[in-house]
Amino acid sequence: MLNYILRRLLLVPVLLFGVTLIIFGMLQFLSPVERSALYVKDFPKNDRQIQGIITKYGLDKPFFDQYWRWLVGVNDPVTGEPEGGILRGDFGYSRTASQDVIDIIKTRFPNTLDLALWTVFPMLSVGIWLGVKAAVNQNKFIDQAARMFSILGTSFPTFVFGLLVLMIFYANLHWFLPGKMSDWVSILIYSGEFKQYTKLLTIDALLNGRLDVFWDALRHMILPIITLSYISWATFVRVMRSSMLETLRMDYVTTARAKGLKERTVINKHARPNAMLPIITMSGMSIVSLLGGVVITETVFNYPGIGKAAADAASQLDVVTTLGLAIFTGLILILSNLVVDVVYAFVDPRVRLS
Amino acid sequence: MTENTQIPSGDNRLLAEAHSERKITRLERFLGPENYRILKGLFKTPASVIGFMLILIFILIAIFAPIIAPPINSDAFKIPRDGFSGQPQPMGSPWEKNVPEIPFWYKPLTGNDEWVHLLGTAQGQYDIFYGIIWGTRTAFKTGFIVVIATVLIGVVVGSVSAYYGGIVDNIIMRVVDIFMTLPYILMALIFASVLTPILGRSLLPPLIAMITFGWMGYSRIIRSDILSIKERDFVLAARVSGLNNSRILFKHILPNAIFPTLVLASLGIGDVVLGFAALSFLGIGTQVGYADWGQILSFSRNWITSLQNYWYIVVWPGLTLVLFVMGWNLIGDAMRDVLDPRMRGKS
Repeated sequence: MLNYILRRLLLVPVLLFGVTLIIFGMLQFLSPVERSALYVKDFPKNDRQIQGIITKYGLDKPFFDQYWRWLVGVNDPVTGEPEGGILRGDFGYSRTASQDVIDIIKTRFPNTLDLALWTVFPMLSVGIWLGVKAAVNQNKFIDQAARMFSILGTSFPTFVFGLLVLMIFYANLHWFLPGKMSDWVSILIYSGEFKQYTKLLTIDALLNGRLDVFWDALRHMILPIITLSYISWATFVRVMRSSMLETLRMDYVTTARAKGLKERTVINKHARPNAMLPIITMSGMSIVSLLGGVVITETVFNYPGIGKAAADAASQLDVVTTLGLAIFTGLILILSNLVVDVVYAFVDPRVRLS
Repeated sequence: MTENTQIPSGDNRLLAEAHSERKITRLERFLGPENYRILKGLFKTPASVIGFMLILIFILIAIFAPIIAPPINSDAFKIPRDGFSGQPQPMGSPWEKNVPEIPFWYKPLTGNDEWVHLLGTAQGQYDIFYGIIWGTRTAFKTGFIVVIATVLIGVVVGSVSAYYGGIVDNIIMRVVDIFMTLPYILMALIFASVLTPILGRSLLPPLIAMITFGWMGYSRIIRSDILSIKERDFVLAARVSGLNNSRILFKHILPNAIFPTLVLASLGIGDVVLGFAALSFLGIGTQVGYADWGQILSFSRNWITSLQNYWYIVVWPGLTLVLFVMGWNLIGDAMRDVLDPRMRGKS
């Protein structure tokens, strides 16, 4: 197993190198002047300034020189202090949002994380539950219903589903609200009485003991949560169903039944845990799709997360910002995939014992 | 003589099958038994038949678009506008300016002499009905272009990787891993927004972006199919007879391995159209007023607070998009059962 984990760890620098290379490659489509937003705030005003910036930051140097500079930054020749470099957290300056990209990430990412955390639970539990139900009742009504449900789910584009949900529950019924929080909550946070321990609004609300704030946050998040999880349920149900069917045919399940165990015990204790292995791999992939999916979901629901920031910047063609956000998302994905794979190694006896 | 054709005693189903005189159609001989089974499986379940019917309807709509919704602009993909007012008009409201000629089916079907906005208008008085009908052509166009391009890239990359194996395979698969790490929609969105200033607002930026980040799946499938075929005797025979690598790969291995990939790819059209619609929904892609479903849906973004009045901007294009994608998914679902390796050799 150590071997497996080591091999997996060795892949991380390769992935990092590749992902940064692809993103930096895309930056090369921009003119040096546009690329200057990586290093300086203001758009250069005249030719001399432009020339100065290009020489100072080496924007006309060969590809790999620029890549290296962008990746690790340089030491300032005058003060000797290190500056720039995405590895030091300098992702450039967003000219459309008028702030550093890293600041956008700092304010927006907690919101996305908040949303993602609350999505994982319904996504996994309902997906697994429905998949098991469908497999146990193979070819009966509930199986067909689950199948129909998952085909519908994969056919629904995130934004169409989101818009329909908004239309029904917000415009018609006024049950839930788009956005992130009600005005009184933002005033409360601004007043300083509400301590922000983690920057995750729901967690902070609980830590502050403010259930009304918690309820308000949840009311704003419920529609995006439903949207994000509905899209993923489809795949989870399908994978869980086929994996469960396969497990139920195995000899040890027959043995368990022959021992006279209750059918519920056989399914819940013996079959399901093993059938859940592919779900672990799947959750790695679903993190990718979740972080990709938030771009659309957050835009539809006007939820101020990192995906909406990316979509806003992209629609204003602010490439430096979107790529900065993409690099950050890429880093998160590489790390979370690593975690998933290592967890998988611990859970799957076939890997653990090899 | 009779001794030889007799089935040996014992319950040997395979031998019995080999001796039975099943009629082999010309199509089956052409495709080979395995591919024929795949094709037959596609038409077996009611779900996949519904899927085929949905797709057929969309194909007919795309073909007869000029009859269903007559164009007035010289570029038929530009949705005709009835004035410039910002307020969307409800369904069935009369068409006042820029009235197109009334198609022949309209009067007998509705008993109405005047051409109306059948499904209402979006902001800027873009006719939703027209956008949906002509958007079908856009959908097929984008779907075919992206699928063909991604399959070509995927097949070349995957087959080179599988055939040469070793370090070539290792490097190529790591590149595939890297591309797979990145979230598809986000990267396509970014690359399209990089390309838009260079290529202008058109179909091209989103198409190129989707091709760049969409080929990896196919390369993985074709790779695993080739790996299993590579070991067969006929490949060895080709190698022994001294053919060069590329000839063996493209003439002998690929034709035997490519069928499942092609079928899966043709079903990928649904996903491509979905991705394209998502990009135009986010405001990347074609000019404002181009007939494409995602864009009509994006018109509703400014009316979220009053969607109870303007529901038709969401529901009709949304329903169209869902039905289109569902058609492909229904076929794809049947496909997945047929292509499942555990099903091989069963009819």
